[in-house]
Formats: sequence, structure tokens, C-alpha cells
Amino acid sequence: MIDTLRLSAEGAKDLLDRKEVSGDELFAAYLDAIGERDPELHCYLHVCEDPGGEGIPIALKDVIGTKGIPTTAGSKILQGYVPVYDSTVAARCKSHGLRVLGKTNTDEFAMGSSTENSAYGPSHNPWDPARVPGGSGGGSAAAVSAGLAPWALGSDTGGSIKQPSALCGNVGLRPTYGTVSRYGIVAFASSLDQVGPVARTVRDCAYLYSVIAGRDPCDSTTVDAPDVVLPQGDDLKGLRVGIPRELNEHEAIEPGVRKSVELAIALCRQLGAEVGECSLPRSVDFGLPCYYLIAPAEASSNLARYDGVRYGYRSLDSGDRLDMYKHTRDEGFGDEPKRRILVGTYALSAGYYDAYYGQAQKVRTVIAREHAEAFERFDVLVTPTSPTVAFELGGRTADPLAMYASDLLTIPSCMAGLPGLNIPCGLSEGLPVGLQLIGPQFSENALFRVGHALEQAIAFDVVPERLR
Amino acid sequence: MTEISRDLLLHVAHLARLELREDELARLEVQLNDILAAVSKVAELDLGDVPPTSHPLDVVNVWAEDEPLPCLSVEDALRNAPDREGDFFRVPPGGSS
Repeated sequence: MIDTLRLSAEGAKDLLDRKEVSGDELFAAYLDAIGERDPELHCYLHVCEDPGGEGIPIALKDVIGTKGIPTTAGSKILQGYVPVYDSTVAARCKSHGLRVLGKTNTDEFAMGSSTENSAYGPSHNPWDPARVPGGSGGGSAAAVSAGLAPWALGSDTGGSIKQPSALCGNVGLRPTYGTVSRYGIVAFASSLDQVGPVARTVRDCAYLYSVIAGRDPCDSTTVDAPDVVLPQGDDLKGLRVGIPRELNEHEAIEPGVRKSVELAIALCRQLGAEVGECSLPRSVDFGLPCYYLIAPAEASSNLARYDGVRYGYRSLDSGDRLDMYKHTRDEGFGDEPKRRILVGTYALSAGYYDAYYGQAQKVRTVIAREHAEAFERFDVLVTPTSPTVAFELGGRTADPLAMYASDLLTIPSCMAGLPGLNIPCGLSEGLPVGLQLIGPQFSENALFRVGHALEQAIAFDVVPERLR
Repeated sequence: MTEISRDLLLHVAHLARLELREDELARLEVQLNDILAAVSKVAELDLGDVPPTSHPLDVVNVWAEDEPLPCLSVEDALRNAPDREGDFFRVPPGGSS
């Protein structure tokens, strides 16, 4: 009997290596778990048939193009779209023998913090199905926590890997910008988008990152990444941990979240790290407005390709070609992409460019400089990932600005192109609290080391209480 | 900062090729003004001499040899087309922009 709720990818590999289970039995066990729990949680938009082989199963967020497997990005405008080629990350997973279980739910075009913007209905948090799993990659995070996949890939623009991992209580990495190929990924904001792993342990997360990272001739923004070192140690001796005041003392942070994070910081000291305070004075207050100009501006450009001509949805209610474009886009896009397309188009239009997009790009420089200064004194920065635990479905949907604030603490480091790792660090009101570890560019190995040591010390049980 | 009027919203929607319904216009007009008021906070900083960041890494040109490589077949390229005629994507005629 394979207990998918308790099985890590590393554990699954051991079972396969020792021939205690076959690849088919393993895949079938996950399909059974999906059959049992996905009707309630709605993590998957598409479940695959067993492609065969002896590798570990994996779930992919539905913005990741997969040859012959529908890829919708959570949007009606891509309903029925079946890519004719694999994204580089999907191809790399397959070449490592990983077997695609299915495509996971996401806010439409990865725009959101709860999956409630999916055109196919929201996913639910495995810890409490009345609550959101976070977003945009809520399907991947919820699937990993509920034992519906041993691990998964997500994508992160302003927090879409880290925040759902925090709300679902697992490990998620947003890698350094440029280390993972975006070839074949549905684009949202190209100066920010990154693909990354979601897993049950830091070691699994590190291993999956090693599978997908590296230069890709098909994506000229990629660079060579340092070789991944799977973390083993359990101390933090010699490590300098910085606590940015503005990200730890913000008024939006719930007391229960703050308490769990403070305990984790105390643990850093016990494990031998040198802990000190630092300041990122403008990164939080200006990070969110900066992001909500740059991301929509780039989205308005990226989403121009959905015109009903080459693939995806086309409105039947069309007269001439201009009508066809406009009706296709009105009927195909949901509210959030429309809002962002309009904000972005406005911010880029003649007469407003300098005041909005140009100014936001300068703010971005300020944020990057503040982080660089902090890293002169510290190896890693520690903050809460999300200011709150998982919120109730419907709780923030009426007010776009309230939803945007969910990413208050994940956005600043994204703007600077920095890697960030979420690990679970405790419970508040019976729901997981996420700890965010931020490092300089290309410092993934340091994040894995810290994350692994803390993971051992915290001993958080990643299985949701109601499923134990 | 400029308030987005109904006329300006219609103009921006046209630039973005979105035909918005009346009920959407009413809702979006309020939401967009709220969003713009919030993001306009970036104007509070005086950043005259700060260079803009358009890309988080220092970028260099990436060159490749100019060699023909296999690419999608015409059939594959047209596989997801909403409408086609022979080896072409088919679209409705005309329409001024």
C-alpha cells in the first residue's frame, strides 16, 4: 500500500530503486488519490493517462506547455488548446524519466493570489476546503500537500509559487531570474516570470530545481546556474541571517504569523547563525505599486497574441476582423486579465509612459539596490511569506486591491530578480505559516542549506491535520 | 494623476482590442481608478538620476550560428487554428483599426 500523503519524491525514488513498487503502481496510487480527493479540492484541470516508464510522477501548472496535453493557463481563451511542442521544462522533466500526472489549476494567466480567477473554478486548501490554497499556483501547492502529486512545477511572477506553498504548508522555490527556461511557458510578465519547484521537502525541491535549471538555447534570457548541492547539514554555523524590519513588522502581518516566524528566527540562532536586523526602507511600501505597474504593462503586451487567429478561442459573434479581435478578447478573457490589460495599456500609452512605467522601472532599481546593500552584511534574509494564513474563499474577490496585498511580502525580492524559498514554520489557527528565505542572485544552494536545517529543527508535519 | 473618464476608458479598451459590455464598463471604471490611485504612489519618490531597471540581470547579446534547424510542420502550425483554408489561417475580412 503506497501512502501518497506521506511519500516524498526521494522516498518514491527509494521504493522504485529497491523495486518495492513499479512505476505503474506508483502512478496508479496517485491516480487513486486524485480520484478520491480531487473532486473536493479541484487541484487538476487535466489528469493524464499513464505515459509509462519507471520514473516518479509529477504535476505541472497549466501555464507549462505540454505536447499533446491541453494547456489552458486557467483561461477560457485557451480552452481546447493542445500544444504541438513541449516547453523546455516539460522536456527536461521527461528526459529525467518524470511522468506527467496532469495539469494543475491556476488563476487565469497566473494573475491572482487564490486561484479564484481560474475560468474553471477555484481550488481548495487541503487544510480547510473553505479556504483558498493561495495563487496563482494554488493547484500545484494543494496537490502536493494533499498527496495528489509527490512534487510539482509552478511559475512565479510576484509570489505565485511561494505564497501558495506558504498557505498549503509545503516547500516552494522561486529561482533566480534567468536560471530556468521559459520556452513554451504561457507568458505573463516577462521581466519577472520564473518557473520553479513545489515539493514536500527542501531536498526534493533542490533536486527538482537541478532537473529544470540551466541555459536553454530556446530562451535567450537564460544563464548558467551553479550546480545544485543537495542539502544535508543540520546547523547554520557561520551563516549571517538578516531580519528586514519592514517585512517583519508590517501592520498587515497577523499576530499568529509573526509568532511562528519569530520562533523560526530564534531557531536560526540556536542552530548557530548570527542574526541581525536590517532595513529595506522603500521595498515594501513601493514594491506593490511598482509591481502592479510593471506586471500589467508587460502583460498587456504578452496577451496581445490572443487574437482568435492562430489558436485558442474565437468569438462566433463577429462581423469584420476588428470586431472578431474585440469580441474574442472580451468573451475569452476574465475580469482580472482585462483589468491588467487595461491598466498596462494605459500605463504604456503616449503621455503616461514616463509617469507610470518609466517611474516604476526606476523604483525597481531602488528596490534592487536596497537588497544588494542588505546582502553586504547578510547571507540570507528571513521574513513571513504571506502576511496571513489561508483566507476564506470569496474573502477578497470583490476588492482587487485587497487581493493584490496578499503578495505584499513576496513581491519586493521578485522585483530584484532574487531567489526565494518558502518553508512551513508552524501553524496559526490550525493553518500553515510560511517562512520566506531570500538570498542574493544565484544563492539557491544557500537557501537550500538554511531551509533544510530549519526544516529538520522545526519538524513541521506537512500532512494536513484533517487528512492524517 | 489623471482620472480615467468613460471616454478615456473606451479609448484604452480600443487600443487593447477589448469590446467591453456596458456592465463591465461601469465596474471597471471604478476599479481602474482605485488601482491607478494606489499605484500612483510611485510618483512620491524623486528619482531623477536613478537609472531604470528593465531586466533583473545584466544582459548580453546571445548569438547563434545561422543554421537551418527542424521546425514545426505546416500541419502542426495550423493544428490549433480556429479556422483555416488550405495552408492559411482564415480570418474575417477588413475592419478599420
